[in-house]
Amino acid sequence: MKKKNIERSAVLQQKAVKHGRAVKRDRLDRKYSRGRIQGRRAWSGFKIALATCVAAVFAFLFLMPIVLTISNSFMSGAEISANYGSVFATSDSGGRVYVAEKVNLKFIPDMVSFSQYATVLFRSPEYLLKFWNSVILVGPIVAFQLLVASLASFGFTRYRGRLREIIFFTYIILMLMPYQVTLVPNYLVSDWLNILDTKWAIWLPGIFSPFAVFLLTKFMRRIPTSTIEAAQIDGAGEWQIYRRICMPLCRGALCSAAILVFIDYWNMVEQPLILMRDEEMHPLSVFLSKINEGEIGLAFAVATIYMVPTLLVFLYGEEYLVDGITSQGGIKG
Amino acid sequence: MVKERNREEKKVLKEKKALKERKVRKPLRKASGVQETESAGKKRSPVHKLPRKKMTKMKRKIKLVSGIYIAPSFLGVLAFFLLPFVVIIYYSLVDNPISGNFVGFDNFIRLINNLSFKTAVANTFSFSIVAVPLAVILSLLLAIMLDSKIPFKSQFRTFFLSPMMVPVASIVLIWRVMFDYNGAVNDVLVGLGGAKIDWLKSSYSQIVVVILFLWKNLGYNMILFMAALSSIPRDVIEVARLESASPLQTFLYIKTRYLSSTFLFVTIMSLISSFKVFREVYLLTGNYPYDTIYMLQHYMNNAFKNLDYQRLSAAAILMSLVMILIIGTLFIVEDRFGKDVEG
Repeated sequence: MKKKNIERSAVLQQKAVKHGRAVKRDRLDRKYSRGRIQGRRAWSGFKIALATCVAAVFAFLFLMPIVLTISNSFMSGAEISANYGSVFATSDSGGRVYVAEKVNLKFIPDMVSFSQYATVLFRSPEYLLKFWNSVILVGPIVAFQLLVASLASFGFTRYRGRLREIIFFTYIILMLMPYQVTLVPNYLVSDWLNILDTKWAIWLPGIFSPFAVFLLTKFMRRIPTSTIEAAQIDGAGEWQIYRRICMPLCRGALCSAAILVFIDYWNMVEQPLILMRDEEMHPLSVFLSKINEGEIGLAFAVATIYMVPTLLVFLYGEEYLVDGITSQGGIKG
Repeated sequence: MVKERNREEKKVLKEKKALKERKVRKPLRKASGVQETESAGKKRSPVHKLPRKKMTKMKRKIKLVSGIYIAPSFLGVLAFFLLPFVVIIYYSLVDNPISGNFVGFDNFIRLINNLSFKTAVANTFSFSIVAVPLAVILSLLLAIMLDSKIPFKSQFRTFFLSPMMVPVASIVLIWRVMFDYNGAVNDVLVGLGGAKIDWLKSSYSQIVVVILFLWKNLGYNMILFMAALSSIPRDVIEVARLESASPLQTFLYIKTRYLSSTFLFVTIMSLISSFKVFREVYLLTGNYPYDTIYMLQHYMNNAFKNLDYQRLSAAAILMSLVMILIIGTLFIVEDRFGKDVEG
């Protein structure tokens, strides 16, 4: 026992020498004195508490609008006009009509009622119709963009020539271009193909958008070549390699891409405004802003319904979302 | 005896092998020789020549077949983005698409002298120049905060990320309640003894738009910074700590170097999303908002309504040039700054 203890203390001493403690003992003794260390610990504890508080404040600010929208959707129409009448009682022609001087921001409604939802779902079909428009517009874009993109990214992974690198670079630049630039070419082509004011005008540019290609190629290039070569030696053709090797290995990436594309297009405003003049076909995202004062009660319910798909996707796919965002980060590599 | 025979056999085998190889290689060499004479003037570096020589039948097949996989996407991009862009360049240089008289840069000059275009550009520019740095810095702070030892990290991450998911259209109602003249923010202001501000119909509107932009985009940037922070090699930081560097020094002199490529990317992405802020403005205030938040996209929308192809084309080209210029500059700056670390 004793021997062991002696050995241990020797080891400890050696370590101390290694870290220069033995040499600068005096100074270090002061620096690492017990009081100092306790003080430091208290200080770092304070810092963590402060950081937590700041984070909590930010979290409150970030969540508040979402929570308010959802909770207010459970208010009855009367309650909403009593609370927010002063804000929404404006008409385009006649100026303001003052109901009350200020609003009453409320997190919890006085009486929970589902009347708004009942109205939206059963009595006024136009909202559901617009919601359906959104689904019809976004669904095919997500599905087919992923299909086209996964094929293309397989091509970009399988062989890397100079021409292909140039094309890939063009994709990146296109991806970085704002709508103000890309909508003009989209409009022109839609005009030539005579698909303006139809769903195709939104679908086709969406399907061929280079974003998912970029993301999936990033992921697919991480598949070790030995895996693919092994399949090749076993006699797999290109299609089989794509279908049986790359697609299963990229399932996570496909989820990430799907989520990111979905959010982007569920949120679209610019494209329908320009490419589809027919307001009947507009998605709910554009229509929501045109709700007039009589239906403000409904607006919160509709807004919540519109939010639900994205929130569900978020709850189930947060990890994929984070992965997707992270892998966008290496744009240079 | 046996040994000798073995040796002989080996020799023969070697020769046969060599012959085989030569047979296989010969045509290839010829091919590469032809290429060399073709590009004799270009002086290819030996590194570049190597893969060409090695290109076997197999590889060529892979190249061809995988090219087919790219085709649908590339044809689509060609049809919907690249070819029309060429046409746009043509449109921007003629007086109108039908007669097609070449007018040089007249369209651009007309555009630049247009008053509403000027306001739109000025507004978008002044918005971006405030909002983008704020978005970068604040999201970095959030990331650092979540990188420290605070509790409920993953919950906080979820909370900060959630605005990104929520469609703008759904949340606009609450913004209206908050920032209306009779809204909640003014309530608080009056409560604190201030005067009411007409947030959306005064020069304060730009502040509102910056807030909305930050609310929406901080989470996304934060995720990028968090990933970059966690990928900094631990031993480097360990060494710095042993050398008794303060946390601030560690951050300024070490972490920022590793973060430089993320800085670049976050800046570019924030810049792009700062052009998308039109959504919020449009959904809040419609087609003709207060002067200081009349964005570039508003201008484009109105140009689309009049179908002024020349103006649209000129604007699109001008904008793409500016974007390429900005992104290129950022890349060069980052290249200088983060040269010695592979981040």
